[in-house]
Amino acid sequence: MKARIQVFLKPGVLDVQGKAVEAALHGLGWPDVSDVRVGRLIEFELSGDAAAAETRVAAMCERLLANTVIESYRVEVG
Amino acid sequence: MKAAVIVFPGSNCDRDCKTAIERSTGAKVEMVWHGETALPSGVDLVVLPGGFAYGDYLRCGAMAALSPVMASVRDAAERGVAVAGICNGFQILCEARLLPGALLRNVSLKYICKPVDLEIANGNTRFTAAFNGRREARMTVGHGEGAYFADETTLDRLEGEGQVVFRYRQNPNGSARDIAGVVNERGNVLGMMPHPDRAFEPELGGTDGALFFQSALASA
Repeated sequence: MKARIQVFLKPGVLDVQGKAVEAALHGLGWPDVSDVRVGRLIEFELSGDAAAAETRVAAMCERLLANTVIESYRVEVG
Repeated sequence: MKAAVIVFPGSNCDRDCKTAIERSTGAKVEMVWHGETALPSGVDLVVLPGGFAYGDYLRCGAMAALSPVMASVRDAAERGVAVAGICNGFQILCEARLLPGALLRNVSLKYICKPVDLEIANGNTRFTAAFNGRREARMTVGHGEGAYFADETTLDRLEGEGQVVFRYRQNPNGSARDIAGVVNERGNVLGMMPHPDRAFEPELGGTDGALFFQSALASA
């Protein structure tokens, strides 16, 4: 099965990359863009117990893939 | 007096730290490869140097925090040995959760390399005692991700407990509450973005870094 994990800075944490990208999009003629966030997508194949897959991937996020002091994550397994 | 400097793949201030400690304190300094599972016996100070450990993959310090040697660093910290993380070393200590908070991308999105004026916010720590009550210091910073972040409750606690050790007089990177360096609750693990290892001789523009290393080893 495939795991997809999206990692973003938490809402309260200033995303300076997102701000810069937003300003660039405005400059290119898309002034209606707002709240740009730049994150990270991590994908991998996972074997073993499918029922516990989400729990296992969440543990990986807590331990390494995200720094929960500043980041939140979303897991999709399928 | 004995100090250990941890060398990660991608560390680039490890030899600076060794030279800085030797010249400012006379201590014997051993270099310890990140794959080691033990620190030299009787070590009084462990330094995690600046650089780009593991190429800053995933997040600055994230991979280094999982290096084999970090279990020994954690044990040493628990025994009360002084541990100092400088720049990338600060990022590693945060990722290892030996210090609270995290370091974010500079607000300017630019790598900043320049001398900075610091306030010594707590002169009574084992890393600042040799400043003898002086309230200011000057060192250089060189980082792209040095904006200290922690939630408001944590920041209040750090300030209330005297765990903020250094502050920028003019915030270069967007760091929360101008924080440049913090120490753990017990007072033996410190992280800072400015480089004492680049300010230990007059030829380098200042000697305040020597006082930092003298403090850290005098308390051993």
